Amino acid sequence: MKKTGAEIVIECLKREGVKHIFGYPGGVVLNIFDLLYDDKDLKLILTRHEQGAVHAADGYARATGKPGVVLVTSGPGATNTVTGLATANMDSIPVVVLSGQVPTKLIGNDAFQEADIVGITRPCTKHNYLVKDVADLARTIREAFYIATTGRPGPVLIDLPKDVTNDKTNFHWPEKVTLRGYNPKYEGNKWMIKQAAGLIQKAKRPVIIAGGGVISSNASKELRELAELTRIPVIMTLMGLGAFPGTHELSLGMPGMHGSYYANKAIQEADLLVSVGMRFDDRVTGRISDFAPHAKIVHIDIDPTSIRKNVRVDVPIVGDAKRVLRDLVQELKKSEKKQWEAVKKAWLKQLEKWKKEHPYSYEFDEEVIKPQYVVERLYDLTKGDAIISTEVGQNQMWAAQFFKFDKPRTFLTSGGLGTMGYGFPAAMGAQVAFPNKTVIDIAGDGSFQMNIQELATCVTYKLPVKVAILNNMYLGMVRQWQELFYGERYSYSYLDVVPDFVKVAEAYGAVGLRATKPSEVDDVIKEALKVKDKPVVMDFIVDWKEKVYPMVPAGAALDEMILGEEKKKKEKKLRAVK
Amino acid sequence: MRHTISVLVENKFGVLARISSLFSGRGYNIESLSVGETIDPKTSIMTIVTTGDDRIIEQITKQLNKLIDVIKVTDLTEVDHVEREMVLIKVAPKQDDKAEVLRLTEIFRGRVVDSSPKTYTVEITGDESKINAFVELMRPFGIKEFVRTGKIAIAREGFKK
Ligand SMILES: Cc1ncc(C[n+]2csc(CCOP(=O)(O)OP(=O)(O)O)c2C)c(N)n1
Ligand SMILES: [Mg+2]
Repeated sequence: MKKTGAEIVIECLKREGVKHIFGYPGGVVLNIFDLLYDDKDLKLILTRHEQGAVHAADGYARATGKPGVVLVTSGPGATNTVTGLATANMDSIPVVVLSGQVPTKLIGNDAFQEADIVGITRPCTKHNYLVKDVADLARTIREAFYIATTGRPGPVLIDLPKDVTNDKTNFHWPEKVTLRGYNPKYEGNKWMIKQAAGLIQKAKRPVIIAGGGVISSNASKELRELAELTRIPVIMTLMGLGAFPGTHELSLGMPGMHGSYYANKAIQEADLLVSVGMRFDDRVTGRISDFAPHAKIVHIDIDPTSIRKNVRVDVPIVGDAKRVLRDLVQELKKSEKKQWEAVKKAWLKQLEKWKKEHPYSYEFDEEVIKPQYVVERLYDLTKGDAIISTEVGQNQMWAAQFFKFDKPRTFLTSGGLGTMGYGFPAAMGAQVAFPNKTVIDIAGDGSFQMNIQELATCVTYKLPVKVAILNNMYLGMVRQWQELFYGERYSYSYLDVVPDFVKVAEAYGAVGLRATKPSEVDDVIKEALKVKDKPVVMDFIVDWKEKVYPMVPAGAALDEMILGEEKKKKEKKLRAVK
Repeated sequence: MRHTISVLVENKFGVLARISSLFSGRGYNIESLSVGETIDPKTSIMTIVTTGDDRIIEQITKQLNKLIDVIKVTDLTEVDHVEREMVLIKVAPKQDDKAEVLRLTEIFRGRVVDSSPKTYTVEITGDESKINAFVELMRPFGIKEFVRTGKIAIAREGFKK
């Protein structure tokens, strides 16, 4: 039977198992929107900005492991997806964006709402397509989902000219995808795995560093097996938080610029790094020439380009984290049972000592709310049973430091691109996937305003997303750099006008709550957690002077950390330029 | 070091743009790039001449391989191979020098493919050193225009990896 392009799109999405689309209409996608009008199985979530739609699909994907789907119109609709695509691309998140395009015969004519979105998004997608013939449509959609979700996952965009959605063709859905230029390698090289096992057996001061790849490959169980069998402590990058239980005795938390003292010390003193699904980002390594000076490095990654891109590697293993870790554990079990703990006794004791000496810390205050305190209370009052997203800035780092993530897919944060405005729509996407879970965006007052319009979406679809604003009236992370490295010259980081977030929430039909004193924090959180049918904005007025520590200044080595305030500087009269 | 990389690609819309934007986006050099269909019209071969240290060349080949439309990447520098380039040179010798230009063209097994009262257009094919040598010899006679195809290269049979 012949189907129109629009019908093929709908049919293909259903066959891919899609239940929700995040989108926004416009002229050239109306053929598709018309079919959604009375479709019972496919639900479109109408966001209030296309950027919100892509972040929501991304949050949905991170929380579920399934691809997030977006439908937008041509021109401005499509260009509004760019930040979302770049965010998903940097963090390897499977998202499929369908963008409308002007009719094929108008392409290249600067037609109304025409943008070369395939050209624009080429460097920020894993792959993209322009479908010029309806006969190619089903195969293209199949390929797009396949590419987005396999190998190192990532976003794929499909550009759909209006006439292609109108034209008819015989519908054929290919079961199998064959792409001769795309064959991800899942099994690790056996010999390399043996080499890695050999290094692990010999190591006296080893650490594992787990990244987002462990989460995308659902390898948490295997990672835990490896760590517990060999008694090797586990560090998790920002993207890897939740891959291994944060409350586990072997967890060392996050490394890098705002990582824990003990994680950074461990890397610098280690004789072996077993790195899985992480790519040695500069925020993780600090000054590269001084990174892990004593360590041999085993690097497991599905993407060959990640290996030897930034650091020297002794044992490279290209493969899927889950399978390689499984094989590695098997290999280690084969060899004679060693006294794993005994070999590392001194090392584990040293790490315990570092942990005790310099845990993440802050000074509690009776009068003003410390932002870290808010995160701690969120953790305690939810008992850690929540999906947490973050914005970008100090809020993101405090969330990463003070919330303990025990399960994968519970921490949604823009690691690679560092996109302010990501957290709230991402939380919304996760809430669509898990309507009954507690989903909280730990936000900054600056970032939240970048996609605040999605309050309307949450109200419409009764999504009880909680936003916890750590309101410091500043672009706090920028202010922190200016205080530490620019002689306290606060150039355009003071947000003179921050709206009354409680009133804003109420104006949208959401719940707005505020705490100005530490004693009010618990009540606000408890009140918010009770709300099940609409979004809640919690405005925590926090100490604007607070900074994120430890801090490895840009360009410094990991062990050149600033641990905290040297001594109380005398209060200077500060002038903020706005 | 300089590398000649042969890239077999799907003959699809936008492939050239994907490859060139990979190079520009990551700050790699392209000294020359030439593209043409292979015997299978569904594929093309791009011959790319680039420079970089070992780490960069390794990244370039890996990044190329990562592109969905790239089927195969061969660093020909690592295998025995033949390379050729063609140039068209328009020279404007003085009346007295014309014979010398023709003689040199002959020595280099070039051909005059066009002539006008004031100019000869010479076609030369060869490897880089031959072409450079010819260009240097022509320079004193006055080169008016100069186009080169960019290098194409192929592995010698039996040396293919
Ligand atoms: C879209 C975008 N623009 C600019 C930046 C640079 N930037 C990083 S953190 C930050 C400040 C964020 O302020 P806020 O959301 O209030 O968070 P805080 O640091 O105060 O917790 C800025 C401007 C960014 N990361 N993303
Ligand atoms: Mg702020």
